[in-house]
Amino acid sequence: MLNAKLTNKLATVMFWAIGFGILSILAWFLWHILSAGLPHISWNFLTRKPEEMIAGGGIGPQLFNSFYILFLSLLFSIPFGIGAGIWLAEYARKNWFTDLVRLATEMLASVPSIVFGLFGLLVFVTTLHLGYSIIGGALTLSLLNLPVLVRVTEETLRAVPDSYREASLALGATKWQTIRKVLLPSALPGLVTGVTLVAGRALGESAILIFTAGVSVSRFAPDLNLFASGETLSVHLWYVRSEGLVPDATQIAEGTAALLVLVVLILNLLIALPSRLYQRKMAGKSS
Amino acid sequence: MTTIATQDKIRVQNLNLFYGENQALYDIDLSMQAGSITAFIGPSGCGKSTLLRTLNRMNDLIASVKITGEVLVDNQNIYAPDTDVVSLRKRVGMVFQRPNPFPMSIYDNIAYGPRIHGIKRKRDLDEIVEKSLKQAALWEEVKDRLNKSAMGLSGGQQQRLCIARLLAVDPDVLLMDEPTSALDPISTLKVEELTQELKSRYSIIIVTHNMQQAARISDTTAFFLNGVMVEHGETDKLFTNPGDQRTEDYITGRFG
Amino acid sequence: MDIALKETPSDDRTSAPPSWNNRRRRTDRVMHGLFVGSAAFVSLIIFSIILFVGSQGVKTFTDVSFFQFFFSLDWTPAEHQFGAGVFILGSFLVTGLALVIAVPFAVAGAVFMSKIAPSWMREIMRPATDLFVGIPSVVYGLVGLTTFVPIIAKLTGTAGFGVLPAALILAIMILPTIISVSEDAIRTLPSSLEEASYALGATRWQTIGKVLLPAATPGILTGVILGMGRAIGEAMAVQMVIGNAPLLPKGVAEPTSVLTTQIVKEMLNAPFGSTLSNALFLMSLVLLLVSLSLILIIRIVARRRSV
Repeated sequence: MLNAKLTNKLATVMFWAIGFGILSILAWFLWHILSAGLPHISWNFLTRKPEEMIAGGGIGPQLFNSFYILFLSLLFSIPFGIGAGIWLAEYARKNWFTDLVRLATEMLASVPSIVFGLFGLLVFVTTLHLGYSIIGGALTLSLLNLPVLVRVTEETLRAVPDSYREASLALGATKWQTIRKVLLPSALPGLVTGVTLVAGRALGESAILIFTAGVSVSRFAPDLNLFASGETLSVHLWYVRSEGLVPDATQIAEGTAALLVLVVLILNLLIALPSRLYQRKMAGKSS
Repeated sequence: MTTIATQDKIRVQNLNLFYGENQALYDIDLSMQAGSITAFIGPSGCGKSTLLRTLNRMNDLIASVKITGEVLVDNQNIYAPDTDVVSLRKRVGMVFQRPNPFPMSIYDNIAYGPRIHGIKRKRDLDEIVEKSLKQAALWEEVKDRLNKSAMGLSGGQQQRLCIARLLAVDPDVLLMDEPTSALDPISTLKVEELTQELKSRYSIIIVTHNMQQAARISDTTAFFLNGVMVEHGETDKLFTNPGDQRTEDYITGRFG
Repeated sequence: MDIALKETPSDDRTSAPPSWNNRRRRTDRVMHGLFVGSAAFVSLIIFSIILFVGSQGVKTFTDVSFFQFFFSLDWTPAEHQFGAGVFILGSFLVTGLALVIAVPFAVAGAVFMSKIAPSWMREIMRPATDLFVGIPSVVYGLVGLTTFVPIIAKLTGTAGFGVLPAALILAIMILPTIISVSEDAIRTLPSSLEEASYALGATRWQTIGKVLLPAATPGILTGVILGMGRAIGEAMAVQMVIGNAPLLPKGVAEPTSVLTTQIVKEMLNAPFGSTLSNALFLMSLVLLLVSLSLILIIRIVARRRSV
């Protein structure tokens, strides 16, 4: 009995140590990136064009391309992802087709991003002759977004109480009217969270974009041309550290990494805020 | 020839209902007149709510349900293949056990039905909202906060809001599935008074656990047991002089 | 109260213009069609990926034998040697090592978070792990490059690139994934299990080790497999620290290469349609099939749990 108590005490100490260990790894990681990179971030760094050979280049075009490609990829993937999610939550009956859609979505979610990259290279860049381009990158990236969007949409719609569906249908609403006017507005906070999650992931993606959007930027940056090549922040970070020739490659990489982490931090905060405000408004506590 | 010309608002003929393999309703035959209140009573699981939900085809939402027989509303079989379920539900509306307002403003809750049925003019909507809330005896309590969320109302107010929301689509028949079971006694009284005021213009069918409630408000009462309709008749007669031993046992409290 | 004006159905204001019902019924059908279409389209993607990447990949076998590709360790494209054995072995080796490092920490961390940590600490750890799932892999690679590689170089007297820094950085990357899935599995166990154990006089450690962990094993296993999938498919972070030499490593601090990193290294310079390019497609097909079989394993584990 004494032995068991002693073991228990030791185990508790060990669990606390591991808990703090994990937290300190995470904290060290964050501190390391931000402290190394934030000093390199300046207005010039954020807006100027990159240099090939000399120090002092910026990341302006890459910053623009990151958000441009992200925006386009969401534009392509949100309608299909939300549509398929609505179908799974509201229409799907138990049959082979539903099982197939679920299995296929799960499989798609497990595809390594480099495989998406090669698929994009094969289909969009080569077969469709889009070349290394913003549009090729955005199309391929939207495939990565799809399964998460489908899952988030289905889950948030399932969390909407059935009583809303019954109330609406009992008033003679069609299914689509019920979805559009009752279910989607109620599910909105969840959907916003899901899209933000997807955006964070897509923004940091690099393996897909190396093979589809390329590792160089347009001469006319920022360039809205869909067929211009569109190196993003993450790709640029990898490129300067592994193939770049500029003498300040380390500084550029660290500054870019800090910027990426900052964006991820901000997105995580954004996930928390609007959904809370929205819920408060709908709970009717405003009076 | 399946339709017989009668004065019945709703006529249920030889209705059987199955959840998958399990039969929940057996050979129900029942008719209800316009402008009256019919109460369905019986112990839990007797099939009274299930029957109520067949009358506006809310059971369609459950995939495993199979139905045989007919339900005639104004002499039209609502289970005929060419039935438009959406317009059926507009004519035969439903109030649920728990108040289920949408997470929107009071105004938008009431205007929801008219809007989905194609009414867009603000002036028309205003008029419908006011009239429906007045009919549901809620207007005086909420007229100054129509743009506040309906979720902030009390349970009894929410239920009357749901009734007002239903009246706004101008149905002929109101189905009420234990509408007061989640309410306090005063709110219950208000809803009961409301049914009396509405019954001249609507056919009302109310499922209730509460026999006193059935006795207070209904014109006819149907008693159900294990999926079978044991007896249907005028409320006074059924409660004072039931025709079936099982009915008597139930209303005298021997089981249930 | 004025309630005397119930209109007859024919002239009432709430009835719509006659075309309205048809129009909204048509809209309803069209939207249903669009949703089914979206679902079918999403499902189609995975099969077209398998088909396109696969058909490009198997073209390798017109020039290279099946046996050579899978079992030869000699990758010298200039001399037409396309043995991917090193990369296949390397992928499993690095992933296995990452799991060995990460799993004990992750499971203990999950137990700590769900059963031991006070709520304020849980409030910190949950968003923190979520945050780390979202950090870009190139950032992980950079940290590996600027911290682990120099330390290992100093300790071993090598260049510092190789299996060990790759496994370490992968371990950190998959830690949050395994923690959050396992924590979920432990937290959602019925509390009656725990109560029963305590009521028999078991200590917390005995309850965790003998009751909670065994009961949560399927969920923890799912987390481990998800982490494994993430590790084996990770390209950029590993590519930055592994050294990228197509050789079997002789020690943990020796450079090697894995399926993903070899693709990153050579694809941009491989002419489309060349044997090299096809062989790289074949390698990505192998990766894809490994990832898909992991999904199947998760499904089997989940089914066993529900029985």
